[in-house]
Amino acid sequence: MIDALGAPQSLLLLGGTSDIALAIAERYAAHRPLRVVLAARPGERRTAAAQRLSGHGCTVTEVDLDARDHASHAATIEQAFAGGDVDVAVVAFGLLGDAERAWTDAEHALELAEVNYAAPVHLGVLLADRLKAQGHGRIVALSSVAGERVRRSNFVYGSTKAGFDGFFLGLGEALRDTGVSVTVVRPGFVRTKMTDGMDAAPLSVTAEQVAEATVAAVRARRELIWVPTAMRGVMSGLRHVPRPLFRKLPI
Amino acid sequence: MSDFPETVGTQVPSIRPTPPAPELPLVPDQLTPLHGWGRANASRAHVASIDSVAGAVSALRQAESGGYAARGVTPRGLGRSYGDAAQNAGGTALDLTTLNRILHVDAEADPPTVDVQAGVSLDKLMKALLPFGLWVPVLPGTRQVTIGGAIAADVHGKNHHTEGSFGNHVRSLRLLVADGRVLDLSPDSADPDDNAAFWATVGGMGLTGVVLSAVLELKRAETAYFSVDTDRTADLDELMTAMATGDENYTYSVAWFDAVSTGKHLGRAVLTRGRAAKLADLPAKLRPRALEFKAPSFGTIPAIFPNRLVNKATGKAFSEFWYRKAPKHRVGEIQNITQFFHPLDIVSEWNRLYGPNGFLQYQFVVPFGAEDTFARCVELIATSGHVSCLNVLKRFGAANPGPLSFPTPGWTLAVDLPIEPGLDRLCDRLDEQVLSVGGRIYLAKDSRLSAATFRQMYPRLDDFMAVRRRLDPNAVFTSDLARRLDLV
Repeated sequence: MIDALGAPQSLLLLGGTSDIALAIAERYAAHRPLRVVLAARPGERRTAAAQRLSGHGCTVTEVDLDARDHASHAATIEQAFAGGDVDVAVVAFGLLGDAERAWTDAEHALELAEVNYAAPVHLGVLLADRLKAQGHGRIVALSSVAGERVRRSNFVYGSTKAGFDGFFLGLGEALRDTGVSVTVVRPGFVRTKMTDGMDAAPLSVTAEQVAEATVAAVRARRELIWVPTAMRGVMSGLRHVPRPLFRKLPI
Repeated sequence: MSDFPETVGTQVPSIRPTPPAPELPLVPDQLTPLHGWGRANASRAHVASIDSVAGAVSALRQAESGGYAARGVTPRGLGRSYGDAAQNAGGTALDLTTLNRILHVDAEADPPTVDVQAGVSLDKLMKALLPFGLWVPVLPGTRQVTIGGAIAADVHGKNHHTEGSFGNHVRSLRLLVADGRVLDLSPDSADPDDNAAFWATVGGMGLTGVVLSAVLELKRAETAYFSVDTDRTADLDELMTAMATGDENYTYSVAWFDAVSTGKHLGRAVLTRGRAAKLADLPAKLRPRALEFKAPSFGTIPAIFPNRLVNKATGKAFSEFWYRKAPKHRVGEIQNITQFFHPLDIVSEWNRLYGPNGFLQYQFVVPFGAEDTFARCVELIATSGHVSCLNVLKRFGAANPGPLSFPTPGWTLAVDLPIEPGLDRLCDRLDEQVLSVGGRIYLAKDSRLSAATFRQMYPRLDDFMAVRRRLDPNAVFTSDLARRLDLV
């Protein structure tokens, strides 16, 4: 159960090796160690993530998750709930991909669409079903400002995040009377392994900053946040820039 | 339904009226949001309304076999526990407030007794008994709690140091357990299992079964008034000395103190102590209506108040007012029940003043001798930046045998804190202090303790769990609190 001060007892990380997901787990663990289910592909990175969280006093269970193997998703969710209620579930997995290859290589485009959109939708429905039966719980959906106004420079990724964002906002509406709530988090540029080697954009943040804002938003049952907060104003402005001007912007 | 007992006297043997043929109560499909008095962590449950014993039995059977069976059952009364004790996310909650008949009063017995269903509130019971010169021996800070809740939380009042907690006055109770049986339990039972089940139910937070009715031992009262002495003290030391040396001369004793003002005003206090007024104590104009009690009501607080209304500024102003309005020293003032016991009951839903984020009450007890730790806790609160206006200090007397019963000999303090960022750290630091001297937190107030800390605070938890496993091997009875504290 999540207590009166917002501390959960259990956490499910779908995409258990994501830097942001792990930072969220660490943020919760710093207050009170908790049970964490790490759902990710088996391998060294998952093992390392499990060790990292165990080091913070968490009780860690590892569960296999393959985003592209849709048939395996039901079993993943089943195993994730085997240890008891899930108080907070973070949908964190995603693929940035290669922006140019993504719209010229059909296979790569499909991969992005499956990992960033189809799989979260499929898992999201399965997850919501379990949480509804539980009568409580929070879903954290790690979206991106890239989906808010899709731009030429990474529009395949942006379009998957637009769909992802819309799905989880809608899921939050659909779950309103069930005791389950959804928080959609739209970070700007986050300096993580996903963006390693890229030039940091303005208003860039760290995974820890995203985690801090996310934990506060979940506690306050916020439905939608931007990290940093200033990104909300920026994106609001960008959404209204006329197309001829928008395509000239260096973004 | 009448507020008055159905039978009064000794001639009529204690036969319970046959309950009307129950309609099969349906555990409804829709979920109802349930929250505790602190309004901080609501969850949703399927709420079944119970108005008869047979109804309780069939609702339990239905809940155990229906679609929500895996989420268990929790009994619920008037929802006055502050946290998540009477919530059951995704499962069934049995609303017992409609199981509310006063079954039998034996006014001639010594002590007098009343047989009362679990959903009767202490308010209703007190008002029904007073005209007969009978008095409910333990009243907590509000009368808006049910008999079932009072037993499940083993509530205490200002007379704990002289008369113990609610469970000490329960002669017997009827408990519906998971397999559908109704057990008659008593503290004097020769059967050790029944005896253990009784005491596990007292303070057991509804996790042993559903209390259906109880026979309570009553006191006699000449009047509905109290003779009250009031003293103001300049600081906490003076207060605690006054309480330690003088409490034994009074049936009732409680103190309010200032935990908002720092510096020399920290811990300034108003100590009120009293005893039941005799007829001769009353002024002449009250004597003809000595047992009359009219509960005043100033209405209901609407749900319009924002967060942070209770803040440093309003907290200071309130504390100043509350301290100054009390006399420096006054003896033998005649006060009515509301003035003396339940000043907060004159407004309904006062918890809404804390705004939509809600609040929590942190109530702990530390043993006598741990006064330094107690003072450190007060200092932690006062210097934390969190604002607590309603700080209630009391000395507890002897504990009863209930393994999860809260009161143990020592100092108990209750503070109300609005939910704000950083409150978790303050509460954790207070937990450490409380634990370091073998103290504990009151589960009826708790909404944030961790399972590990709880286990350390209640060393007789294993005794409780042994009874729980025997009566409810499949953990049918559960609650959000039970899940949070690993009592399942």
